[in-house]
Amino acid sequence: MPRSYIIDDAMRKRFLLDREALVSAAVLQEEMAKIFAKCWIYVGHSSELKKPNDFVTRKVAGRPVIFNRDARGDIHCFLNTCRHRGAIVCTEREGSRRSFRCVYHGWAYRNDGVLGIVPGAEAYKGEFDTKELGLKAPARFESYRDFWFLNLDAHAPGLQDYLGRARDYIDLVLDQSPSGCMEIVAGTQEYDVAANWKLMVENSVDDYHLPSTHATWLNYMANSGVKIERPSDGRVLPTKGLAVDLGNGHFTTDNINFRGRPVAAWIPIYGEAAKPEMEQIRRELVERLGPERARRVADTNRNLIIFPNLVINDGSSVTVRTFFPDGPAKMHVTAWALGPVEESEAARARRLDAFLTFYGPGGFATPDDVEALELVQQGLANWQDDRWTEMSRGMGREDEQLNSDEHHLRIFWRRWNQMMDAV
Amino acid sequence: MPEVTRAEVEDLLYREAALLDEWRLDEWLALLTEDAAYYVPPNDHPEGDHHNTLFILADDIVRIRERVKRLMSPDCHAEYPHSRTRRLIGNVRILAVEGDLITAAANFICHRYRRYERIREYTGAYRYILKRGDSGLKIRERRVFIDAQELGSLGSLSFIL
Ligand code: FES
Ligand SMILES: [Fe+2]
Repeated sequence: MPRSYIIDDAMRKRFLLDREALVSAAVLQEEMAKIFAKCWIYVGHSSELKKPNDFVTRKVAGRPVIFNRDARGDIHCFLNTCRHRGAIVCTEREGSRRSFRCVYHGWAYRNDGVLGIVPGAEAYKGEFDTKELGLKAPARFESYRDFWFLNLDAHAPGLQDYLGRARDYIDLVLDQSPSGCMEIVAGTQEYDVAANWKLMVENSVDDYHLPSTHATWLNYMANSGVKIERPSDGRVLPTKGLAVDLGNGHFTTDNINFRGRPVAAWIPIYGEAAKPEMEQIRRELVERLGPERARRVADTNRNLIIFPNLVINDGSSVTVRTFFPDGPAKMHVTAWALGPVEESEAARARRLDAFLTFYGPGGFATPDDVEALELVQQGLANWQDDRWTEMSRGMGREDEQLNSDEHHLRIFWRRWNQMMDAV
Repeated sequence: MPEVTRAEVEDLLYREAALLDEWRLDEWLALLTEDAAYYVPPNDHPEGDHHNTLFILADDIVRIRERVKRLMSPDCHAEYPHSRTRRLIGNVRILAVEGDLITAAANFICHRYRRYERIREYTGAYRYILKRGDSGLKIRERRVFIDAQELGSLGSLSFIL
């Protein structure tokens, strides 16, 4: 019997979330079927596969997959399981291979998935047909501007439609590259958080927490010479930011920048020597995009959520971050840095350094996010006696919704609730 | 100058381990040169260069000092209360000596306890570049290679490893 996990009361301007959604193993099981097996889930970026025959392996929505290029350079995604009796066929994390050979009985698959070798194939007398036994691909596998997603539901709408208006913001991020192409930089950050995966969705866009959770980061910025205005006009943040609904459960923050951006917003941490190149980067933006769009690229920042679990943080640097549940109270996070393909060595180094000022397990901010989420999860052990999470902030605000409101969190939870109810 | 001995290197590393375990971070800073750096490369590219590879952590001396400030603040939520750490250092080797610079390696096990009885354990190797001066050996670079295939199970690297 379908049930609702939210109380969404427009009249009373109250939004409450049933904490069971964050602690229950049964909910997680349902999520795997109703969300992770129905939505477009991020797999990887074309730039991770530079040459024909390159591959990486990873787990996507709990499924081990191979993300690779075949000998012709076409990109594929295969379920990393042998069609014979199920073993993982590619055991390496990354590399270059023309074929994947299962170690168990030696079936070997070409990197376009075709089953090439079956030792002792003459023993099969019946309907056995190697043509039907190529590596299985997920039901759907599509890309938007080099971001590849899979969908386990053959009847899902196409990726373009699914992304909808979120594409405008992906485009805006990619506009920082003169050619419109950005690449994943070498080096993966991985960390576990002892918290429900949905808390990371909330945290990735919740700017309300910044002054409290990230006080030491703000301090670091101030010590390094970044001018941080005192919030005014009833705001909790130094500059104004919005929360924007992009449809289909996607949403983003859209903020006036105060923190420095490798794409042409200099702060003292970058060093005096960086100034001429950063001015050049900005001139290129203005020439290519016009002053208005250039300002959007360089002087605003955003944290974009593609429902359910892809985050693109275009802030102190650009992060591509995805995370999967490993039990109701644990998630595994993977994060990469994204940079323009034509970036100079100096600009790339600056981008990576800027990344580490804030993001990642050793950054000046992320560890405190992790701490906050883990504290939430620990507190939720009381869920049966303190059942409802309060998420009404900004509700009923007449004009724009702020990044420090909870409008965008409600967008997520409404969508999530709807998908969980769907039979 | 007489040759540097392993015992001298060990003394420095043991002293550093004690200062870090006891959170005497200002005294720890005094073990570093004015141009010191601290790196933790990502596990999938341990030999990468932080100029073109995303590290877990890549601090110059300015950021090391800022990190210490952060770590000593009660607003550093990930380390307030502080983790209790206990590190064991062994297999210390001098790898190379060039002028006043000494490259040394060591293995470590670091146990970490935090409130609510969480226990985490880090194993790996240190690689140091030490500099010899009038006041003895100082640390010019410390690089931490974590053995775990993925940092995943280890969570944040919020303290100084
Ligand atoms: S399970 Fe792969 S060849 Fe038998
Ligand atoms: Fe945060």
